[in-house]
Amino acid sequence: MKLLSRKAACNSHGQDSSYFLGWQEYEKKPYDEVRNPTGIIQMGLAENQLSFDLLESWLANNPEPAGFMRDGQSIFRELALFQDYHGLPAFKNAMVDFMSEIRGNKVSFDPKKLVLTAGATSANETLMFCLAEPGEAFLLPTPYYPGFDRDLQWRTGVEIVPIHCTSANSFQITDSALEEAYQSAQKRNLRVKGVLVTNPSNPLGTTLTRPELNLLLTFITSKNIHLISDEIYSGTVFSSPDFVSIMEVLKDSSHSTEVWNRVHIVYSLSKDLGLPGFRVGAIYSNDDVVVAAATKMSSFGLVSSQTQYLLASMLSDKNFTKHYISENQKRLKKRQEMLISGLQSAGIGCLKSNAGLFCWVDMRHLLSSKSFDSEMELWKKIVYQVGLNISPGSSCHCSEPGWFRVCFANMSEDTLDIAIQRIKTFVQTTNNNHSQRIHPSVKKSKRKSLTKWVFRLSFDGREPDER
Amino acid sequence: MAIEIEQPRVGLSKIAVSKTHGEDSPYFAGWKAYDENPYEEFGNPSGVIQMGLAENQVSFDMLEDYLEQHSEEASWGKKASGFRENALFQDYHGLQFFRKAMASFMEQIRGGRAKFNPDRVVITAGATAANELLTFILADPGDALLVPTPYYPGFDRDLRWRTGVNIVPIHCDSSNNFQVTPQALEAAYKSAESMNIKVRGVLITNPSNPLGVTIHRSTLEHILDFVTLKNIHLVSDEIYSGSVFSPTEFTSVAEILQWRNYKDCERVHIVYSLSKDLGLPGFRVGTIYSYNDQVVTTARRMSSFTLISSQTQQLLGLMLSDEKFTGNYITKNRDRLRNRYEKMISGLRNAGVECLEGNAGLFCWVNLSPLLESQTRESELAVWDLILHRVKLNISPGSSCHCSEPGWFRVCFANMSEKTLEVALKRIQIFMEERKIKSD
Repeated sequence: MKLLSRKAACNSHGQDSSYFLGWQEYEKKPYDEVRNPTGIIQMGLAENQLSFDLLESWLANNPEPAGFMRDGQSIFRELALFQDYHGLPAFKNAMVDFMSEIRGNKVSFDPKKLVLTAGATSANETLMFCLAEPGEAFLLPTPYYPGFDRDLQWRTGVEIVPIHCTSANSFQITDSALEEAYQSAQKRNLRVKGVLVTNPSNPLGTTLTRPELNLLLTFITSKNIHLISDEIYSGTVFSSPDFVSIMEVLKDSSHSTEVWNRVHIVYSLSKDLGLPGFRVGAIYSNDDVVVAAATKMSSFGLVSSQTQYLLASMLSDKNFTKHYISENQKRLKKRQEMLISGLQSAGIGCLKSNAGLFCWVDMRHLLSSKSFDSEMELWKKIVYQVGLNISPGSSCHCSEPGWFRVCFANMSEDTLDIAIQRIKTFVQTTNNNHSQRIHPSVKKSKRKSLTKWVFRLSFDGREPDER
Repeated sequence: MAIEIEQPRVGLSKIAVSKTHGEDSPYFAGWKAYDENPYEEFGNPSGVIQMGLAENQVSFDMLEDYLEQHSEEASWGKKASGFRENALFQDYHGLQFFRKAMASFMEQIRGGRAKFNPDRVVITAGATAANELLTFILADPGDALLVPTPYYPGFDRDLRWRTGVNIVPIHCDSSNNFQVTPQALEAAYKSAESMNIKVRGVLITNPSNPLGVTIHRSTLEHILDFVTLKNIHLVSDEIYSGSVFSPTEFTSVAEILQWRNYKDCERVHIVYSLSKDLGLPGFRVGTIYSYNDQVVTTARRMSSFTLISSQTQQLLGLMLSDEKFTGNYITKNRDRLRNRYEKMISGLRNAGVECLEGNAGLFCWVNLSPLLESQTRESELAVWDLILHRVKLNISPGSSCHCSEPGWFRVCFANMSEKTLEVALKRIQIFMEERKIKSD
């Protein structure tokens, strides 16, 4: 029966991309130190597993919240009944304080302007529903998180138009790139409603510079459009330059209220706290109408009151949050350095980064040709031969082939070590092979069949909602 | 049904400024009056008693006992990596053992008369999300779902707001206790056709909110035949299935499908939630159960926007896997709701007020039409206003549920203590006596 909606039948959920192929392979034979030491190591999952011990020890010392208790009394009933879409006041207060703390207390947030949602996935989609009509567009700098294709476009009917960024200037956003994207949307008869940036960037792992942030504000002011700043990695900035939030720049500049009202922030506890399962996201907006509409829409994705209460208690503990934020950053820095130096010794460089749970790795020199087919070829080798599931830049809509996102915070140090060894071995082998001659026609046909195979397969199955 | 919109503020979508969220209706206005002056047994004995909230507060003690006895497991248990694994788990399939527990709980509620496959359970943050999600999947903007009146006011938002789908009412009235008739179904379908609107499905709530009755088996069979004939979908919102006062009076569409060997089942989808039966609306636990593989796959992907907190899945997975606990809970909960209902209708009868004979739910469908000056919506709202401000009871006027007959009101009985219910009934009795004296 042809009985489903166009949305159900279309492909904008993005799950047929080759991005998910790596997942499938990993699921078939996942690396395990003891049981499967030759398995595939998952390096495509932007999870933060470095600081659980801090959370666990807080829980052990503060058993009441998880048990629905407050000062020796059970508040189970109260929490079970609490479904107010304005959210638990104690939780919103704790969230805005936490967000402020992450920004070095240089900006403060009003809990009344915060809307809770079931994850940033929900927050981003909700903002699209609030700010754009079906058929309108949002500009996004490339490379960007693959999930945006689904989150921003699928049910909303909004179109993403890329702002092309290149390695020529470390993938920073330029005025001409912004202008070009805007014109490109106009040519396609798409009305641009705003720009969405991720700061710190996924997949780059870099924070936006002040000039870039000012450029963005100037741009949205002149075009009279919105700016969404997805700051879900803001707590993962581990080295300089410090994180500069869009709110800080707004505050320091002399932009009108009107512009303030068109800047919206998305936050989540999935990355900074490593709690993706708990589905805690938020929208912060200075525009009352957006806050009101988003609040009502959050009915479709509220945060469990059980979880709100637990995290309200945790984040209200300022001794804990202070220690957590700094310790977490230290550990991320150490891991990143380990990956970078390991890659370096294999002759592989990365984009200089100061944040995130991943590195943006430059493997252009390992491509057989400067093409996305080549990138796919290399990627398949890395998944199947080297046994590492990393994310190809093409899945992030990068305009330059040869870049890969490699995660470093979702595994143990030992496992990262092994991954690095495997890369070193692979590079050495590749170098040795290149020094031998292979008949050109054999090489070409091999490449063709691999590519065909990759694009024919589509992945349907277990697929976590990762970022 | 027209969706009213203002001119969009510069830069915002039409959806953002439209009134389709429905929150300007009296249904929500009563809430405000309650919030401003809430009844409290000692603190504010003349305050407004909330009878417009379909919550189940009669069985918390059983849940609290369970928690007390299983506090360690509920907090991630003895396993060292328990917290970590749970906190990382964001797979949109949901925890396997949680789905299994939900499927088995749904089976228990139906007395084992229908089986549920855990692999067809899709998790969502509440039934609110489940209903919207299904609408996105089954219909395109501009299409329609047929919904019997009176219906839950929230559907106006849940089914229409962001989806752009219309609701075309299947009119039901008191002449046959508001049951859906073949004529009413056909008339609704034709009405959509005449407006050039494509009907994609029928959405029923069984047991019904606001009627508080289960749908007759024969009616269900007819509806199933109807959707098959028209080649459209059937969504059965069964969130009150565990609140049927007698175990044998509820027939789920799942039972009929099973009995028919699952013929034509791929058009049927069931919505469930723990908000009513377990009294846990804050935890946001909803599910879609679909017999259609493509719907299951698509719904799973869409559920990314509305997953259940893994912390909550963990706790409730444990609780609902305990069949001794659930068996006992279901039975006791039913008994307590029935007792409340009986108390309610006998109190109302003593006051000379009639209700629809109900057998389920957390509310009564009460007939106050004798109080209306004229059989109009305005008169009904005048009576509602009187009851809110004079008698100080917040009850829900039938017009907010799109009832085509004025004078009916939904009155909840399970969201307060027994004592408070007695106070409310007393107020109604006094009010009715005073009216009788006046008119004599």
